[in-house]
Amino acid sequence: MTMLSDRQQLSYIAAQAADARLNVELETEGMTLNIGPQHPATHGTLRIIARLDGEQVVWAEPSCGYMHRGYEKLAEVRTYPQVTTLVNRIDWLGSFANEVPFILAAEQLMEVEAPPRAQWIRTILFELSRIANVSLFLGDLGVQMGAITPVFMAFRDREYVLNLIEGATGGRFHPNFDRIGGLKDDLPAGWVDETRQVMRKLRNFCDEIEDLLFGNEIFQSRMRGIGVIPADVARQYGLSGANLRAAGVDWDLRRDQEIALAYDQVDFKVWTHPDGDCFARCWVRLQETREATKIVDQLLDGLPPGPIMAKVPRIIKVPAGEAWVSTENPLGEMGYYVVSQGDLGPFRVKIRSASFNNISVVPWVLRGVYVPDIITILASLYFILGDIDR
Amino acid sequence: MSALLAFEIPYWGQSLLRVLGGIVAVLLPAGTIVYLFLFKMMSFMQSRLGPMEAGPYGSLQLVAEVGKWLQKEDIAPAAADQRIFKMAPIIVLVSTFLLVAVVPFGPQAYFTDFSAGIFYALAVGSVSVIGILVAGWASANKYSLLGGLRAAGQLIAYELPMVLAVVGVVIQAGSMNMQQIVVAQNTGAIFGFEWLGNPFVLSQFVGFLVFMIAVQAELTQPPFDMPIAESELVSGYMTEYSGFRFLMFFIAEFATAGVFALIASVLFLGGWGVPFIWFGWESLSDVAWWMNLAGPAIMLTKMLLLTFLMMWVRFSYPRFREDQLQTFAWKFLIPIALANIILTAILKVVF
Repeated sequence: MTMLSDRQQLSYIAAQAADARLNVELETEGMTLNIGPQHPATHGTLRIIARLDGEQVVWAEPSCGYMHRGYEKLAEVRTYPQVTTLVNRIDWLGSFANEVPFILAAEQLMEVEAPPRAQWIRTILFELSRIANVSLFLGDLGVQMGAITPVFMAFRDREYVLNLIEGATGGRFHPNFDRIGGLKDDLPAGWVDETRQVMRKLRNFCDEIEDLLFGNEIFQSRMRGIGVIPADVARQYGLSGANLRAAGVDWDLRRDQEIALAYDQVDFKVWTHPDGDCFARCWVRLQETREATKIVDQLLDGLPPGPIMAKVPRIIKVPAGEAWVSTENPLGEMGYYVVSQGDLGPFRVKIRSASFNNISVVPWVLRGVYVPDIITILASLYFILGDIDR
Repeated sequence: MSALLAFEIPYWGQSLLRVLGGIVAVLLPAGTIVYLFLFKMMSFMQSRLGPMEAGPYGSLQLVAEVGKWLQKEDIAPAAADQRIFKMAPIIVLVSTFLLVAVVPFGPQAYFTDFSAGIFYALAVGSVSVIGILVAGWASANKYSLLGGLRAAGQLIAYELPMVLAVVGVVIQAGSMNMQQIVVAQNTGAIFGFEWLGNPFVLSQFVGFLVFMIAVQAELTQPPFDMPIAESELVSGYMTEYSGFRFLMFFIAEFATAGVFALIASVLFLGGWGVPFIWFGWESLSDVAWWMNLAGPAIMLTKMLLLTFLMMWVRFSYPRFREDQLQTFAWKFLIPIALANIILTAILKVVF
């Protein structure tokens, strides 16, 4: 690893020294602590194997796969419309966002494009699922550090967003709403006005969280300077999303790539933070939630009329070929590599989910930290277990 | 207490009354705190209603919870040190009962009254450390062990600022006797103004803050709940406990919060008394008999006020890291507590 920050280097040296001391000097046994698979802090069945010297972590490694459901393999025996039901359950907090890149990949192979209105509604739902996802992160952040109140605010306000998603799609958690060539339905009456109100509420929620958590001195001392991931390390480990932007890399697929979503129609800022520590990651996510509410507002203002479905055959057969589409999902870059041989279903699907790559940096960043920092670092890296194990 | 009654109660009767009174004095505050603050206030702060079904407004929820805990199986891990594992919650709860023994509730309404009351209270307050440490050790669980060790380090570190904060009060009152501290506050005067007495919270404000912070740490409540830290250590030293042994830890946690609030109200808020000048009393022997009945009510009110502060902090703050917590104790609390003592001593000599 090149270019370590001073703190990282120091903690690395400390960890090495602790390791040596463990083995030579006292002949004490290092304690190996299994954090997980069942543990209140890990959002699911992730296991972190940590070797400790007292409270300091000498070596740590995440062990995933406890919830592997084999979606890549299952997708091979499903037809294209059926696959969205599976991929809904990858990142279960922002389900709709999982469907979009797969549908886009299939559309790319079929060479159809959804009509403008469908693209706009897709983008709105995409951002709503981002808000639903990240607002829970903002509340959960407190719980990970012992403050129990913020999470209830998060659940309270996330409920409004889920109601919106339910109103539009019929499903709170698993919309299964995106279709090749468009959407299943148009928006219900009154939905747009309600969404505007909810976006105002969500902005209030962001202010509340900023007051309650981010301004708190204890929170800052727990977060600032902890778990620093420099930009080049973040790139080497393939981090994406807010984790990468918090390291100072100005990288956002919503802005950077040409894609059949309405992001080029709206004006939004990509937030970055130079520090790369836990606080930066949380702060970037907070700002992104605010930004997402503004994106939704802008999209609602300019929602074009028209059909919501392009002309596609009733029985969808995708022509042979390969396509790779990735989007900026709530957790980071999520992409599908779809190989088709002209059948009803895909021949092979490779899913690139953000969390799997995001937690690959865990062994690097956990060296030399204290046990409580494991939790804050994992919380700030923000993974969903379904997104790791697929 | 016998002065209240026309006849003399035999010694065994007095002891029995004291034991019953002690149980009431420990369990009543604990129950009140749990229902009022843990169930209701916390729910309102988190925009929810809390328990509503059991009894009117959920008031019997606690009874249901206790019933649930009592009928659960008492499990001990196979690798645990059985005797010590089973003893630990009792040690923790005993320390609470020992604490309440010196708290005066009225001119004659006290369990015991001796000259080194506050000194004794601070001493037995740390008995619970032993219970927590052995609970962590005997559970044969890595999380419990870490929690127990953290608790030991933390409680010892916060013992000091607590003692130092009390020293200021002791200097001002000129006595370690809890009853004398109450009298000193209620007969005192602020720059010759006697109407309010002299509650030490005004002159010992720094001491009060340090004391309350140290109490929060002693109780292992957020932001000092490192030993429990449910998101890191699952439940720390309590991880392996279930059924009525867990209930004992639970009662001890909130009962100790209540008892420490009682002690704080004796030290800083004037205890059971009202300013003696209101009724023209001169000293402790003049105080009317009905203060024995009014005193406990006054104490309960003050206790609720202080526990409200403690719980407010508990529900809104994230927790410190272990090293930050030690730094806070040694580099911040202890120096200002010492400075407070020096200042108090100088002012005591000057006035």
